[in-house]
Amino acid sequence: MKKILSIMLCAALTGTTVFALAGCSGGGEKKQDKGEVNIYNWTDYVSRGEYDLMDVIDEFEKETGIKVNYTTYETNEEMYNMLKQSNSSYDVICPSEYMVSKLIRENMLLELNYDNIPNYANLSERFKKLSCDPDSKYTVCYDWGVTAMVYNTKMVKNKPTDWDALWDESLKGNILMFNNSRDAMAVAMQQLGINPATCTKEDVDKATEKLKEQKPLVKKYVMDQVFNEMQNNQSALAAYYAGDIAMMMEENEDLDYCLPASGSNLFYDAMCIPTSSKNKENAEAFINFMQKPEIAAENFKYLRYGTPNQKAIELLDKEYTENELSFPSDEYLDKCYVFSDIDDEVYAYMQEKFVEVQAN
Amino acid sequence: MKSKKLSIPYIIWMLVFTMIPIVMIGITAFKDSHGNFSLEPFMKAFGYTGVFLKSLWIALLSTLICLVLAYPLAYLLTRMKKSSQNTIQMLLMIPMWMNFLLRIYAWMILLQKNGPLDTALSLLGIHGTYIGNTGAVVLGMVYEYLPFMVLPIFTVMSKIDGGLIEAAQDLGSNGFAVLRKVIFPLSIPGVISGITMVFVPSASTFLVSQYLGGTDDIMIGDVIDKIFWTDQSTGSAISLILMILIFVFLVLMNLFGDEEAIA
Repeated sequence: MKKILSIMLCAALTGTTVFALAGCSGGGEKKQDKGEVNIYNWTDYVSRGEYDLMDVIDEFEKETGIKVNYTTYETNEEMYNMLKQSNSSYDVICPSEYMVSKLIRENMLLELNYDNIPNYANLSERFKKLSCDPDSKYTVCYDWGVTAMVYNTKMVKNKPTDWDALWDESLKGNILMFNNSRDAMAVAMQQLGINPATCTKEDVDKATEKLKEQKPLVKKYVMDQVFNEMQNNQSALAAYYAGDIAMMMEENEDLDYCLPASGSNLFYDAMCIPTSSKNKENAEAFINFMQKPEIAAENFKYLRYGTPNQKAIELLDKEYTENELSFPSDEYLDKCYVFSDIDDEVYAYMQEKFVEVQAN
Repeated sequence: MKSKKLSIPYIIWMLVFTMIPIVMIGITAFKDSHGNFSLEPFMKAFGYTGVFLKSLWIALLSTLICLVLAYPLAYLLTRMKKSSQNTIQMLLMIPMWMNFLLRIYAWMILLQKNGPLDTALSLLGIHGTYIGNTGAVVLGMVYEYLPFMVLPIFTVMSKIDGGLIEAAQDLGSNGFAVLRKVIFPLSIPGVISGITMVFVPSASTFLVSQYLGGTDDIMIGDVIDKIFWTDQSTGSAISLILMILIFVFLVLMNLFGDEEAIA
């Protein structure tokens, strides 16, 4: 009897799951007449209704009747390998500048029809003709930011002013470094007076030595773990992305930031349509929707990386727009370099050398 | 004949999801960046010997600690009433209902500076760092994989015929002699599958070391992950070497025990 009962319970549980799943896919079918759009974006990159913000994907579906299939990736390389090696078709992707160059070089992007993206006019001039797409044929900039440092004022005595703080002996065992070859190597190169945007293999070797020198001082190489480490006073100093630093500072008032005096990396991600796209017009509608001022403003509030959308900035409160971390001054941006086109071989070498730093 | 037909779906499954991927890894491992045949990926892979050794060492240490903890527990379990057995098995299983990453996060918070452990020990006048070292990684592994050691040993042990134990006792064996001469030899299949189930995943994981370890605790899984970003060949070569190492380990284990125990 007991057995029969448990079998029935199991069956009931499985049944509910199947129905729930069926319910999910069934729900979207109502508006299928307008077709669908397959978005392949960074994890946590658009506002999905958390923190009392708007769920922009929901809003897009409601307004246009186009069904959104949303999938995410964690790194540019993951996205690239997926495009290159799988048969899945995506309509919108959001690669970073160096990946845009690579995709254009390998003919993996479709030219956009800007007539379908009237909101492109809302973008500020600086972010219209991106260095990776100088003629503006393939891209609509989604967000941008710089790398910077965050430190705990109770643990760091001398206020950091430049990247050399990451090599400060007195902070031994309290420093967090990028767990990502490009950003870590770039910081080391700046220390050595090399322009990371035009680096060669020899420069990578030099940067590798510099990072090996730093390793005994480093507590950990981190990416997302930096939030826990800094917000809970576990570490003194970290290099990370400025928009995220603004978020950390809201959680812990002992934190302060430093935009390195010698400049830093200006990065941006741009929405593009890959050649595998089967719904190009819907993709353009999505890209256009994302540049509506009120939508871009919601996404900004969620993300805190600078928005290129001038009209959206006008909608934002001063506390946001005056924050140097989200919107560094033009003078500062002029000091920054952009990784618009790293040679594949140099980049692979960088990655290999960075693993070597960590492995030995 | 009938049994052969029934096995067809499994054979197809294994062919598609096990054999073909392994062959693809094998092919990729012998290519250079231009797609030509080359041994370069293996030359590069051997540059990570130190990481290989460290990973295997951490896995071995975790497996041994699991075994030392799990064996007495499994033995005690077999001596208990059915109802207590069920309760303890349940308690072992419950943490596994939670996401792996969440459990590691919990350890991170427990061990961190000014965390519960640090605060408690500071009250006793003991100050130290409990996270960011190899010890923390081993602790995390032991925590994650202990149930995989306890359950197979317990299953095998509970099937030992009580008559054999009584016979040994009748012939004058004391408790320790019974354990050494009857229970332990008969429980070896369980021990071997336990070791396999702990050693194999702990040698190839990297999440635990990424969250609980420091800069020196990089594991081979982490190297494979990073190298794969830009260089699939070297990544495949490292994976292949790791598979061979694990295979050799399993064969060695096999020499000590029953063939059927190998998972």
